[in-house]
Amino acid sequence: MLTDQKIKELELKANEIRETLIEALVEAKSGHTAGPLGMADIFTALYFHILKHDPMHPDWPERDRLVLSNGHICPVLYSAMAHAGYADVDEFKKTLRKFGSKFQGHPHRDFFPALETSSGPLGSGLSQATGMALAERINYNQGRTLDQGKGSTFGDKFIYCLMSDGELDCGNSWEGAMLAGKEKLGNLIAIVDRNNIQIDGFTEDIMPLEPLSDKWQAWNWHVQEIDGHDFRAIDEAVNRAKAVFDQPSVIIARTIPGKGVKEFERKYEWHGKPPNKEEAEMALAELRTLGGKIRSEHE
Amino acid sequence: MLNPNQKLNSKLFDSGVEQAPIRKGFGEGLLAAGEADERVVGLCADLTESTQMHLFKNKFPNRFIEIGVAEQNLATVASGMAAMGKIPFITSYAMFSPGRNWEQIRTTICYNDRPVKIAGSHAGISVGPDGGTHQAVEDIAIMRVMPRMVVISPCDAIEAKKATIAAAKTNTPVYIRLAREKTPIITTLDTPFEIGKAEVFYSSRFDLKSEERLNLGSVGIIATGALLYKALKVARELEKEKIGVTVLNIATIKPLDEKAIVKLAKETKALVTVEEHQIHGGLGSAVAEALAREYPVPVEFIGVRDLFGQSGSPEQLLEHYGMGEKHIYDAVRKVLKRKA
Repeated sequence: MLTDQKIKELELKANEIRETLIEALVEAKSGHTAGPLGMADIFTALYFHILKHDPMHPDWPERDRLVLSNGHICPVLYSAMAHAGYADVDEFKKTLRKFGSKFQGHPHRDFFPALETSSGPLGSGLSQATGMALAERINYNQGRTLDQGKGSTFGDKFIYCLMSDGELDCGNSWEGAMLAGKEKLGNLIAIVDRNNIQIDGFTEDIMPLEPLSDKWQAWNWHVQEIDGHDFRAIDEAVNRAKAVFDQPSVIIARTIPGKGVKEFERKYEWHGKPPNKEEAEMALAELRTLGGKIRSEHE
Repeated sequence: MLNPNQKLNSKLFDSGVEQAPIRKGFGEGLLAAGEADERVVGLCADLTESTQMHLFKNKFPNRFIEIGVAEQNLATVASGMAAMGKIPFITSYAMFSPGRNWEQIRTTICYNDRPVKIAGSHAGISVGPDGGTHQAVEDIAIMRVMPRMVVISPCDAIEAKKATIAAAKTNTPVYIRLAREKTPIITTLDTPFEIGKAEVFYSSRFDLKSEERLNLGSVGIIATGALLYKALKVARELEKEKIGVTVLNIATIKPLDEKAIVKLAKETKALVTVEEHQIHGGLGSAVAEALAREYPVPVEFIGVRDLFGQSGSPEQLLEHYGMGEKHIYDAVRKVLKRKA
């Protein structure tokens, strides 16, 4: 359960993560802005409250797995991981998208081994997470006397897949959804960033996804829709998802692309470009006021 | 004569030579690999019996995942399972995996460095009546171009079994190319197999005195897959015509045994490559890349010449598309002339 105090801490942390990724993007001079800002709250909730993990031991076998399917929002993944202790925050700010960097333009495990997957091309993360959940169930049951790998039993290790709404255009996404539903993977939790934008425009103009919940339900998923900027809602949805044993869970998180910087919010033009120096300064100034909230309330 | 060190099938040239589908060797190999290591899992895209994965499935139902007709999912789910310590084998027809799911194999398996083993069955034009849509003759090219991928093309069912067992023990992605039809058994259980190693299966030098050898013309044939059998038969014919032929079996196309190829080029000064695959990008290309750098000699290429296949019997198709014994024979004659 989240206390009010903890929520305030998370809000502050999310703000730091946003500031850091803006600083990294302006230095990188390319990259995606809207998605990372929009997902900052969810990544904060995951890395600072929900995930079972140990930044000092990234290969700890008992950790939860976080698969980022839409690799292009990696600035928020890197920023959250750096703040959590997986990497140096300054190094991230200075080397995002640069030659030889840990922080490649899209995630690459060769350069940053703490990542669970290398990703970029859309539509294949959910299947990888499904494979992880399947393997985890087999591993769990192989360690027991009964060989019941097909059952709905699994350990307390969860596989999280973070994905975009735009990548639901990909057939591969739904292939993964079908299999996870068939296999009743209760240890799999997908979080869809429902921000309604993709490169060419609004999702419902490019390739309509609604009724989106019905689609997931039809593949035998447990579906929840939440406000992706509400820490309590995020936490409660994940807890409910964990309590569903015979279905995979999807949390459709309604987010505002560019969240936290008024100038960037809800504009698909900010999907794939970084802020320039002036825009970044404006954004950072706004973030430092916590969107108008009084900082002392939080500290 | 056959290389005695390779302990090949002594009845190889008998008219009733034993035959078996290469894919069957894969099925048996996967079962053996599964028995040896509980990390081995099998995933199939609705072709379980056809790809011979049913042997594994029947023995280890809890380690088998039926994916349905979804080859992109096949590759990506396997990548996820490998991330959790499994050794996944995925099967379909080569046309669909690695045909349809090439990018998923590139990103989620190779780029992501996950040791998934891809078995592409029904490769080559000899799939026959199903027609051109189902005849994968581009798979070697699209797999060997991929960093980290090991590409194996066994010549018979026994070699396929050994290759499968060996693939399970490597920590890299592997592509194993399999054929549908029954083809002659060339090797035996005692024939050595090692990933990355090419072996001389036949050479006139094994049974001729040195002065006789000097009188012979000399050609090397470099073959992969079931067509190796035709190459061996042609070599025997040519020997009767006083042309000395050495036949090198390339079971592993990547990493290529360049040492063996260069050695053969130095010995024979003329080569013919033989494969049931497009000439563009296949074994012949791989050989030519190595020779151009290390030891250029004239090379003739047997394979599909930038065409799609069609329905027909395997023999009809191999003849029509230039991969019959006569074509290999002619290629040897031609390369001998070029050597002069």
